[in-house]
Amino acid sequence: MNYPAIKAIYIFEMSRMRRTLFQSIVSPVISTTLYFVVFGAAIGSRITEIDGVSYGSFIVPGLIMLSILTESVSNASFGIYFPKFSGSIYEVLSAPISYIEITIGYVGAAASKSIIVGSIILLTANLFVPIQIAHPIWMITFLILTAISFSLLGFILGIWADNWEKLAIAPTLIITPLAFLGGSFYSITMLPPFWQKITLLNPVVYLISGFRWSFYENADVSVYVSVGMIGLFLLICLMLVWFIFKTGYRLRV
Amino acid sequence: MSIMDSIIQIKNLSKTYADGFQALNSINLDINKGEIFALLGPNGAGKTTLINMICGIVNIQDGMVSVDGHDVVRDYRKTRSMIGLVPQELTSETFETVWGTVSFSRGLFGKKQDTLYVEKILKALSLWEKKDNTILTLSGGMKRRVLIAKALAHEPKIIFLDEPTAGVDVELRQDMWEVVRQLKEEGVTIILTTHYIEEAEQIADRVGVINHGELILVQEKNSLMLELGQKHLQINLVNPLKVIPASLMDFRVELSACNKILIYTYDKNDDFGVSSILELLSSLGIAYHDLDTKESSLEEIFVDLVNRKLT
Ligand SMILES: Nc1ncnc2c1ncn2[C@@H]1O[C@H](COP(=O)(O)OP(=O)(O)OP(=O)(O)O)[C@@H](O)[C@H]1O
Ligand SMILES: [Mg+2]
Repeated sequence: MNYPAIKAIYIFEMSRMRRTLFQSIVSPVISTTLYFVVFGAAIGSRITEIDGVSYGSFIVPGLIMLSILTESVSNASFGIYFPKFSGSIYEVLSAPISYIEITIGYVGAAASKSIIVGSIILLTANLFVPIQIAHPIWMITFLILTAISFSLLGFILGIWADNWEKLAIAPTLIITPLAFLGGSFYSITMLPPFWQKITLLNPVVYLISGFRWSFYENADVSVYVSVGMIGLFLLICLMLVWFIFKTGYRLRV
Repeated sequence: MSIMDSIIQIKNLSKTYADGFQALNSINLDINKGEIFALLGPNGAGKTTLINMICGIVNIQDGMVSVDGHDVVRDYRKTRSMIGLVPQELTSETFETVWGTVSFSRGLFGKKQDTLYVEKILKALSLWEKKDNTILTLSGGMKRRVLIAKALAHEPKIIFLDEPTAGVDVELRQDMWEVVRQLKEEGVTIILTTHYIEEAEQIADRVGVINHGELILVQEKNSLMLELGQKHLQINLVNPLKVIPASLMDFRVELSACNKILIYTYDKNDDFGVSSILELLSSLGIAYHDLDTKESSLEEIFVDLVNRKLT
């Protein structure tokens, strides 16, 4: 293992966050506050409780997941797309570093960033509503697995994208809708039976459900199904990355 | 040169890009340890492709490359950690500082951070005052020096400079050659590409010429210079000659321009060649109406080589 290389990539990627520290911290705080104002206050006055949890508290895990997903995908895709775009990728390709090390460096940094943002949201939310974490270990496990999986997805996306448009399209067209429809702001048991079935095709449902269970012990699907699904998703992403590097797809000509 | 002295061995290396374009055709080349090798060739000849294949940026399908006895595909960790690359295009993370980007390169190539060493290269490349500047705020020439600093950051044994002097002013160019000479002193092998033949003349030990993906010449620069030290006497004949008379065969002469011009090639410091050939011509009764002499430049040799291969 070329540890100095992993460290170099990791530090390099994290330093981008440091350069935009204000934005990185302030924007999740602001958006969380807005969600609480809009959803918590406006909708929360109508839906007072879901499964015995106040609406404001209920949406916290979903909010965190929502930003973990979008932050992971956008950080990781940008992290690898930009050097490809600017040409500075030559250095990574010519370095004595394996595919695994490249992936650990970039994906590790992107996942770290989104976990930091997730934690900031958790802390901010804690100012507005009471939060209880029934299973902290599970909570952290879900957080980390989700961050890694979606960072891998973003990484794949960044390698696949050959223009800025493609880079922007997946987060806005796929990730955000899936996250919104994945039960961030409601329990899927509130939907008509037909839509409940459809919703189960959305992988994000399992993430949010499992994550919420680690907080309030209530879930739309079994927690083991949730873990299984995220494991499966992680595996698929890992296989895609393996394929990309094995073939040199879009990185080496 | 024996195998012992060579640090890079390229065998039957070919490259066909995904679009079907063949950029390299069976290249065979040995680079000697510690030499400065200049790769010359027109635009699109395949210089960058060749370098990128050695460095791991372009995939190798046909042929093989070994660096210090290690295969660049199988033993990529060993070979790549020995190599530093200065790419042709000015590419860098624009928002990073000079210090940050050079340190990044060092880490990427598996070396522990060494602030003294990084300080040394930044000073050698006159970048020390700019160490905290972001790349964005540097001039083009400075950016190129940052790329050189990045390539040197991990103390490579071999360095590739892909057109290091494109867009660099004369003064800076001299500084850069000074750095290159310094590296050679330290035993670093240097391979550079350039369009400027004078540069190759000035600095290289050996010169390779590549055109349309084929290596058409590899020669010691000094023996090339010898060819360079030749002059041509152009004799414009009154009447075309059908064949070169037998008595002229001892001289290096050739006919051109519909046999109306006789060209005699001779050594610059040969004092008697010209007078003896002219005497011979008069004794043979071959009339001429004009004479012209010129020196061949490496440029001409180059163009000539390229054309000869084409036809
Ligand atoms: N990724 C690619 N796909 C297809 N063709 C390519 C690719 N990269 C380079 N080529 C082609 O291969 C040929 C050799 O290119 P290369 O960059 O090696 O030339 P070069 O000798 O470095 O030229 P220059 O002096 O202009 O830098 C060119 O015709 C170029 O168009
Ligand atoms: Mg080139």
